[in-house]
Amino acid sequence: MIAELGLAALWMAAALAALQLLFSVLGLAQGKAELLSGVRPVAIAQGVLVLLAFLCLVALFWRSDMSVALVALNSHSAKPWLYKFAGAWGNHEGSMLLWVTVMGAAGAAVALFERALRRDTHMATLGAQAAISLGFYAFLLFSSNPFARLDPAPRDGQGLNPLLQDPGLAFHPPTLYFGYVGLSVAFSFAVGALVTRRVDALFARAMRPWVLAAWVLLTIGITAGSYWAYYELGWGGWWFWDPVENASLMPWLAATALLHSVTVLATRDALRAWTVMLAVVAFSMSMVGTFLVRSGILTSVHAFAVDPERGSFILALLAIYIGGALALFALRVGTVREGAQFELVSREALLVVNNLLLTVILGVVLIGTLYPLMTEAFGHKVSVGPPYFDRIAGPLALALMLAMVAGPLTRWRRDRAGVVGGRLIWPLLAMLGAGAVLGVLAHGRLSLLSFFGLVIAVGVALGSVIPLFKRNLRRTPLFVYGMVIAHLGCAVSIAGMASDSAFTTEKLIAMAPGDRVESAGWTLHFDRVAPLAGDNWIAMQADVSVSRGGAKAVLHPQSRFFTSPPTTTTESAILTRWNGQLYVVLGEQLEDGRWQMRIWWKPFVTLIWLGGLMIALGGVLTLIGRERRGWMLRLRKGSAARGTGEEWA
Amino acid sequence: MRALLLLLAALLAQPALAQSALAQSALPPAPYAYRQLDDPAQEKQAHDLMVTIRCLTCQSQSIADSDASMAGDLRSEIRERIARGEKPEHIRRWLIERYGDWISYEPTSDPILWPLWGVPLLMLIGGAALAATRIRRRGRRNGRRGRNGKEGAGQ
Repeated sequence: MIAELGLAALWMAAALAALQLLFSVLGLAQGKAELLSGVRPVAIAQGVLVLLAFLCLVALFWRSDMSVALVALNSHSAKPWLYKFAGAWGNHEGSMLLWVTVMGAAGAAVALFERALRRDTHMATLGAQAAISLGFYAFLLFSSNPFARLDPAPRDGQGLNPLLQDPGLAFHPPTLYFGYVGLSVAFSFAVGALVTRRVDALFARAMRPWVLAAWVLLTIGITAGSYWAYYELGWGGWWFWDPVENASLMPWLAATALLHSVTVLATRDALRAWTVMLAVVAFSMSMVGTFLVRSGILTSVHAFAVDPERGSFILALLAIYIGGALALFALRVGTVREGAQFELVSREALLVVNNLLLTVILGVVLIGTLYPLMTEAFGHKVSVGPPYFDRIAGPLALALMLAMVAGPLTRWRRDRAGVVGGRLIWPLLAMLGAGAVLGVLAHGRLSLLSFFGLVIAVGVALGSVIPLFKRNLRRTPLFVYGMVIAHLGCAVSIAGMASDSAFTTEKLIAMAPGDRVESAGWTLHFDRVAPLAGDNWIAMQADVSVSRGGAKAVLHPQSRFFTSPPTTTTESAILTRWNGQLYVVLGEQLEDGRWQMRIWWKPFVTLIWLGGLMIALGGVLTLIGRERRGWMLRLRKGSAARGTGEEWA
Repeated sequence: MRALLLLLAALLAQPALAQSALAQSALPPAPYAYRQLDDPAQEKQAHDLMVTIRCLTCQSQSIADSDASMAGDLRSEIRERIARGEKPEHIRRWLIERYGDWISYEPTSDPILWPLWGVPLLMLIGGAALAATRIRRRGRRNGRRGRNGKEGAGQ
């Protein structure tokens, strides 16, 4: 019964999305206000219905209703409750339903809360949002029905992939999806503004909170995904340039560029056409990412769907939306008036540099990810991997960091090169000093990229806080703090990456219980190894006492065997100190009874994810700082103030 | 233990275990799969090579970070050859001859890979040129407008 209710709700939501599109298109084309006044209620009803469908799916997983094919294939009655719950979206159909649910909810939110935008642009935006949703509803209903029944019902399910049975992974995909969908809203805003020919600062201010929120969620999602790969895959790597990782990185790069250009548009009314273009690109990258992951075109550690029919369906959606948006852009770009002017030395120009570099990095990741597929089509299989990406995206990213220091220290519209140079003197001196110290202390041990990474991190760390100098800290707006913290986070993260790649110590050794080993100043004593049973797994768990100086701890690395489906995973044990992490993995048992141990000491590796979180925090502070006033006004005025709301622009 | 063949996990887990039992009894062992070379300089050479060799039975992992048996065998082979004094690039050529270009992440000078470098370079130059001309054009127009004392939007 719940499954049928869910399916019915999904169909009705799809029908309402069609109606929403129709109202919006007809209303705008014929200028009929009565049609347009129907758009908002329909959008809200659609959001409620699709949410209901999603809750039905969660309920089915919660109750382990094995008569539903999706539950039987992806769940098991003995699973811990968290994974029953998260299992609802840990599969293809469920994750696509989550996608449209978030999209429907976002559409309802735009219908309910957006007041700053002109009414016609607002309605066009909701129409565009309905058009996107409609494609995904069709995808779900025609090729990935999550509510299909299984007759006869099996006795129990097949279980969730053990690698996904991890608290991090339970919430990692939803975070990324919220980010992707946020970009879809930005895309709809851009389409709406193109349709009504209103690409201006007002539109940018309406779009900015969505871009910011999407960007924050993508940042958190990528940071969490990276940490997951780090502790779950058991080899100490934190980024593999895996196509699925790239699929999440590309929208983030585009969103980062968009975030900066939308600020230029909102503050200075410049970069109009480019901002619209970036909004189209950002959502296109979300779609490309979804296509890459969902189509199974790249079989990779993260991909759980392999089905060419679905692939072609998403490819068709991709072509329709991106092609349509680009066609609209081409038709309307001539009517987008050139925005405000700026000089070669100005904050706008440095933000153009930021956008250029981010776009080129995006191009590098895109072509590097797709190139093996293209050559394979011509019968030549090649691999594009870390050596390529590191070598080309690394220097570009470091150049971007330098622009990041200069940007906030340069005035809007026009500045003098000499004056900007004077403000940059301290970061430059700090970089020179760091370079000299590293050159002497770690001569020959550092790769070029690590060396420049550490040096530039020092300069960026100093440069990013300079905007706070000589300011009344109490009266400094929150969004300035947001920017400072996010930029500082970049420095912290880069320092962590460079430190990890430059100073990690690796030790691979076979040990018997009672053995002792030294590595990187740590003493590790293998106390014992014993079996252990969990909810749905059995494991061999080692007790390893570790000590360095006065510090002591016991680590418990495990080698876990899951029964449904049968899989073995290594559960690394990680000891976090202020200056790094000790990472211990229990491997296989050898014929002579000893155990393989893998031990890494990774100085300051935690900075990578700390920096990621700082970047996200900076985004949150900026969001609050920029939007607080609007929110407070909206709260105070309540529904009485319904209308155009231009006064908050 | 074997791990992380996520997609193929259900299918492979059993055969892989059986295979490893077989490997232990019949096939030559891979002594350096999980053991480093004693000479740190040689180990660094081996490691730098291993991170650029794809694990063919995994997805998007190098042999330096995989538990697959194939990765272990290749790690051992590479370490042994380095210990015998072979040059890393020589070992890479041997691997490519044996397994094809697919195994190496290191980009080659094959013309088929030129777009990988060319496209970003063109984007960078083209984008910079476009931005610079637009900003300069604006600057000139600003200057003119300034002299004429007119204000307002461009275009």
